[in-house]
Amino acid sequence: MQDIRRKYVIPGEVVARGNLRAEANVIRRGDKIISTRVGMAEIGHDVVRVVPLSGPYIPRIDDLVVGKVIDYSAFAWEVDINSCFFGILPAQSVFGRDYSPARDSLTEKLAIGDIIATKVIAFDRTRDPLLSISGPGLGRIPRGQVIRISPAKVPRLIGKKGSMIRAIENGCGCRLLVGQNGVVVIVGSAEGMLKAVQAVNLVEEEAHSVDLLEKVEKLMGTTSSLKEESKSSISPSQIKDELEPDESSTSVAKPNDSIKSIGTSTLPDTDVYGNQT
Amino acid sequence: MGKQGGDSTSLINSQGLRLDGRRFDELRPVSIEVGVLKNADGSAYIQFGKNKIMAAVYGPKEVHPKHSALADRSLLRCRYHMSPFSTEERKNPAPSRREIEISKVIREALEPALILEDYPRTAIDVFVEVLQSDGGSRCAGINAASVALADAGINMRDLVCACAAGKIAGQIVLDIDDTEDKEGQADLPIAIMPTSNRVTLFQLDGQLSNEEFSKAFNLALEGCKSLYQMQREALIRKYFGKDGNEAGEQ
Repeated sequence: MQDIRRKYVIPGEVVARGNLRAEANVIRRGDKIISTRVGMAEIGHDVVRVVPLSGPYIPRIDDLVVGKVIDYSAFAWEVDINSCFFGILPAQSVFGRDYSPARDSLTEKLAIGDIIATKVIAFDRTRDPLLSISGPGLGRIPRGQVIRISPAKVPRLIGKKGSMIRAIENGCGCRLLVGQNGVVVIVGSAEGMLKAVQAVNLVEEEAHSVDLLEKVEKLMGTTSSLKEESKSSISPSQIKDELEPDESSTSVAKPNDSIKSIGTSTLPDTDVYGNQT
Repeated sequence: MGKQGGDSTSLINSQGLRLDGRRFDELRPVSIEVGVLKNADGSAYIQFGKNKIMAAVYGPKEVHPKHSALADRSLLRCRYHMSPFSTEERKNPAPSRREIEISKVIREALEPALILEDYPRTAIDVFVEVLQSDGGSRCAGINAASVALADAGINMRDLVCACAAGKIAGQIVLDIDDTEDKEGQADLPIAIMPTSNRVTLFQLDGQLSNEEFSKAFNLALEGCKSLYQMQREALIRKYFGKDGNEAGEQ
């Protein structure tokens, strides 16, 4: 950690020279390692990578993403995951191995327009990303508010070890589900959701500022006294109830811990900003 | 459109200054602003002398019509367009032969800098809208478009910066404006990738001797290098704020 050098770079800029491993968003030209993005370069003693500050969402295996079902065929759903590639959710992965298009109807499980929490299980840029909804915390999201932020700012919204999510959740008594693709689902009371949207927008607008967590906490504290109330009044079991769908058949319940753990575990980028804060 | 070199004596006065008071190796004032359009994925606004140009980038996104998608890389589409109010006389907004050609050369100038293989079966749209025109709008447009592409977060090998040199009143000068283009003897717009030192756009309108040519080319290269610094500053200002310059290395 100590021997990582950081530096702002723009595309084409030489990040480092020599025999280093080019990890992410960098290309090699001769002995130079060149950034392909605007971002923060991290130069370790044997690895170089650039954490981009803008850009589209490019799926990565094991990412938790929030998507919208936009179409289905006899064998799969097509899911808009806020990327230039559409996600494919095969019917077999939902119905099981013995899925038969003659017997099972895809619309029983997921209809067009449904919002789902899903995981990328395969993607290599030459084929569309393959999704799965089997796993804890995955499946149809019955209610909540969907907002979008820039995918490059997702690590900031999650915060170091989920600290930012936790601050927002505690501040407004809502649950946040943050997809790596920049789609955020907020579930909670009407006022709480309004406040959470404000907080998420603040994070997006001021993603670069060093005291972001304090700003968010201030927003949470000053706009109303909800912070104190929510801390005492909402217990984990209540939250779980809230997230549980009314119709228990379709979707997988989302215990809040699993959401967080998925969010943070897939995030190697998080502590990039950690050192600054 | 051969250059005739009309009333060439008045283009440079006795002190060696040009019509707008510039020296032979001086650029017009340039300012670049990044991320000015909220609805585009990436955008930039450049003022290059009297040129005012907006560049917007959309994508990567799915391709329509679908049959034009490429299996191994992204499809780069480019539109250079002059607004009806960009010229002294109203310009017909329909794309002219000239605009179609410039769209093509801008696309070809940007293409080598982009890593299109990273986004197969998608399209990237680049719009270069000239709001007010002076000479050298293709170069200004390339500068803005390249910054807008970086703003959109598309993987790039390098930025692209462009600048023209030319010959007026028998002398090689940097950055030809509209009058100098019309009255002068030659115009040489080039675009380069500054870190890898490659030329991506190269046009010459008029006639230059070998010697004049190398002089003009080197002058234009110097112009491109100054533009690179301005592009860099614009990006750093947008993304890293004012602390960007000193905090370059931590």
